[in-house]
Amino acid sequence: MISALARLGQFTISAVTRLGLAARFLVAILVQSGMTFRRVPLLVRDLFFTGFLSLVIIAVSGAFVGLVLGLQGYDTLQRFGSETALGGVVALSLLRELGPVVAALLFASRAGSAMAAEIGLMKATEQLESMDVMAINPIARVIAPKFWAGVIAMPLLAALFSAVGILGGWFIGVVVIGVDHGTFWSQMQNAVDFETDVLNGVIKSAVFGVIVTWIALFQGWGCLPTAEGVSRAITKTVVFAALAVLAADFILTALMFMGR
Amino acid sequence: MGETVAELRGIAAGYGERVVLHEIDFALHRGQVVAIMGGSGSGKTTLLRLLTGQIAPRQGTGRVLGMSLSQMSQRDRYRLRRRLGMLFQFGALFTDLNVFENVAFPLREHTQLPEAMIRDLVWLKLEAVGLRGAAELFPAELSGGMARRVALARAVALDPELILYDEPFAGLDPISLATIGTLIRRLNDALGAASVVVTHDVAESLAIVDYVYFVSRGRIVAQGTPDAIRAAQDPFVRQFVHGEIDGPAPFHYPAPPLIRQLREAQP
Repeated sequence: MISALARLGQFTISAVTRLGLAARFLVAILVQSGMTFRRVPLLVRDLFFTGFLSLVIIAVSGAFVGLVLGLQGYDTLQRFGSETALGGVVALSLLRELGPVVAALLFASRAGSAMAAEIGLMKATEQLESMDVMAINPIARVIAPKFWAGVIAMPLLAALFSAVGILGGWFIGVVVIGVDHGTFWSQMQNAVDFETDVLNGVIKSAVFGVIVTWIALFQGWGCLPTAEGVSRAITKTVVFAALAVLAADFILTALMFMGR
Repeated sequence: MGETVAELRGIAAGYGERVVLHEIDFALHRGQVVAIMGGSGSGKTTLLRLLTGQIAPRQGTGRVLGMSLSQMSQRDRYRLRRRLGMLFQFGALFTDLNVFENVAFPLREHTQLPEAMIRDLVWLKLEAVGLRGAAELFPAELSGGMARRVALARAVALDPELILYDEPFAGLDPISLATIGTLIRRLNDALGAASVVVTHDVAESLAIVDYVYFVSRGRIVAQGTPDAIRAAQDPFVRQFVHGEIDGPAPFHYPAPPLIRQLREAQP
């Protein structure tokens, strides 16, 4: 009994300590961000690796999610005789929830895991330490560009996800099932408000971008410099990032859409 | 003897609760190549990290290149490190850059030199380590000895006044071993620098260094010129230089008597 209590205490202390370290790490990244914006090629390189290389998985997943939305949305709506509202339903689900959240989950497993692995391996092979001994701050030179690349790429990827998804929904609804083309789009135009829906979705995905990259970089930076340590950092990145994104989505949704 | 490059007096240092080095006195002068020898876990590498400002002394005073090691700010540390070069045990080359870009890295980061000048400097450094022909290769395509030589070219890219080597001979074949040894001496003399070589490779280092410190369990237990070390009567130094299995550094990791453990094992 006592030992279980002690273990709980130990776990709590270590969890709070890790949180504190992660917060300090984030502050260090923000303080050391000057170089990222003075030397654009550094940022572009990481945008390529985190953003561009995630395009395919995001676009393909977006298409499938849109296709499923078209099918399920039509099936549910036609029970109430309101299948003309399909355009609005597809667009709102994607812009508000599925775009930001699913894109963030995919981003965590595609780009977040790669980031954690790269940083972890750089640490294990003393590349970060050797940079530090060369009087070059590794947080400024390596970490901060990756962080900002993730924060910039995430909203763009979420937007792409939603756009491709809407096309998928249109394909099923209009081309396959035969909902009226004009109704589909005009319904969407009526239902979607730029500020409440589009902008809030962009804000969500930017927050998810911060969360995923922060977790990935912190796990890589803090991992044990061994093969096992790196692999554990990758696993933790994907698991923690997914949980954090879903929890943050609930909080953001409550703040953004409650009481409307 | 040249001017003092590094001097440690009565230094104690360690990590967290653990004190790794005790009462270290150490001096290094311009033109000298000094070896720090000792077994694994003796505190050699910690001594090196002290000289780069990666850890701060707990006690005593230390100066490197005229800068005090106590209470250094991050800015001071980077000012010091810009004047020294360090070779890591396995080179620590940047795996996403080719050989040329690895050597150019410190030049690009720390100087505003025009591209043509950087190119010329990199070719000169690569020529000095004999790897001009490997400029286009990536670190994964290099042998251990070649990687070490590229890392050496990178370490001296900014013509440092102090060069530090962490186990430069570890895991090399005899030819690479001799090449690195010769390069350490030659670069030191050509740059008019001072070098510290942390190693447990006795034969190779005694051949190239001017002075040797022996570290055991965090203390300097012997020091002298290579000739003096070879002739030393100190039991630890003799064991180390001649590679004897048992002696002051015991073969057995501390353990309870074997007979007791054998008895305990019975049901």
